[in-house]
Amino acid sequence: MEIPYIVDERPDTGLTNVKLGIWLFLASEVMLFGGLFSTYILLRINAADWPLGADILSTPIGTFNTAVLIASSITMVLCYAALKQDDLPGYKRYMGLTIGLSLLFLVVKSYEYFDKFSHGDYPSVSTYFAIYFTMTGLHALHIVGGVIVNGYFLGPGSALWNTNKQQFINRIEAAGLYWHFVDLVWIFLFPILYLT
Amino acid sequence: MSEDVQAHIKLYKKIGVALMVLTVVTVLVSFLPVGVALGVVIALIVATVKGSLVATYFMHLVDERKTIYFTLLLTVFFFLVLIMIPILGHTDTYGRKMVVPNSDAAVAADHSEAAH
Repeated sequence: MEIPYIVDERPDTGLTNVKLGIWLFLASEVMLFGGLFSTYILLRINAADWPLGADILSTPIGTFNTAVLIASSITMVLCYAALKQDDLPGYKRYMGLTIGLSLLFLVVKSYEYFDKFSHGDYPSVSTYFAIYFTMTGLHALHIVGGVIVNGYFLGPGSALWNTNKQQFINRIEAAGLYWHFVDLVWIFLFPILYLT
Repeated sequence: MSEDVQAHIKLYKKIGVALMVLTVVTVLVSFLPVGVALGVVIALIVATVKGSLVATYFMHLVDERKTIYFTLLLTVFFFLVLIMIPILGHTDTYGRKMVVPNSDAAVAADHSEAAH
């Protein structure tokens, strides 16, 4: 059975089902991360003593990783723009860059994790480390998910371009919306965990 | 069409530069000697500005259908409820025995007069 309105817009919503679907998914993601932000507030305002993030984590490394993720968001939006210009090689170049930057983010994050583990700083050590590892861990899982999806669209998934350009553009737009959301979550995680 | 996309690409790059600059600003303001509470507020204000730029331009919310705006309005409402729960949990006094300061002053004064 063919899924309706994945290329053209539905007359009543004015949207393709792809776009409405991804936005509803992102709304559920807001609640998922919202639950953790809510937990962070609860733990912090009830803690007798809460450490300064800058004393525990490396600010330069955190800042570098933030810049990497923002750069990946820029290349992701340029992927979409390249397709709008009928430029498949340009799209592949920017998508390759997006995946490369995503992997760089994960490498840096892994280094940070192993550095903490080597000093005996596990989630069980304190409520700060518990919420730090939970929030950044869930965020990193989202990055991994994004890399898998974007990798598919760079490789076998890009064959759709030859048969249905608009459907492929819609898919990349949805993947982009997800990726920008992941970037947006980090924009809030960085100051509350690393700086304050 | 192509010129339109070119204009968008220029805008995306400008937004990207603004996000990088604001990241540096986030780090710099964390060094201000303003205390923890105000420090968190300032950091969250800068983060909100950055997040708004991403949502408005990269996620194209600047030019989107009403269905999306309505979905997001509901999301924001429930997100705020979710965030308020721990704050209410921290400040409410339900189930706690309240002692009103100086509430027995009149009784004490009466006893004092009766003694004289």
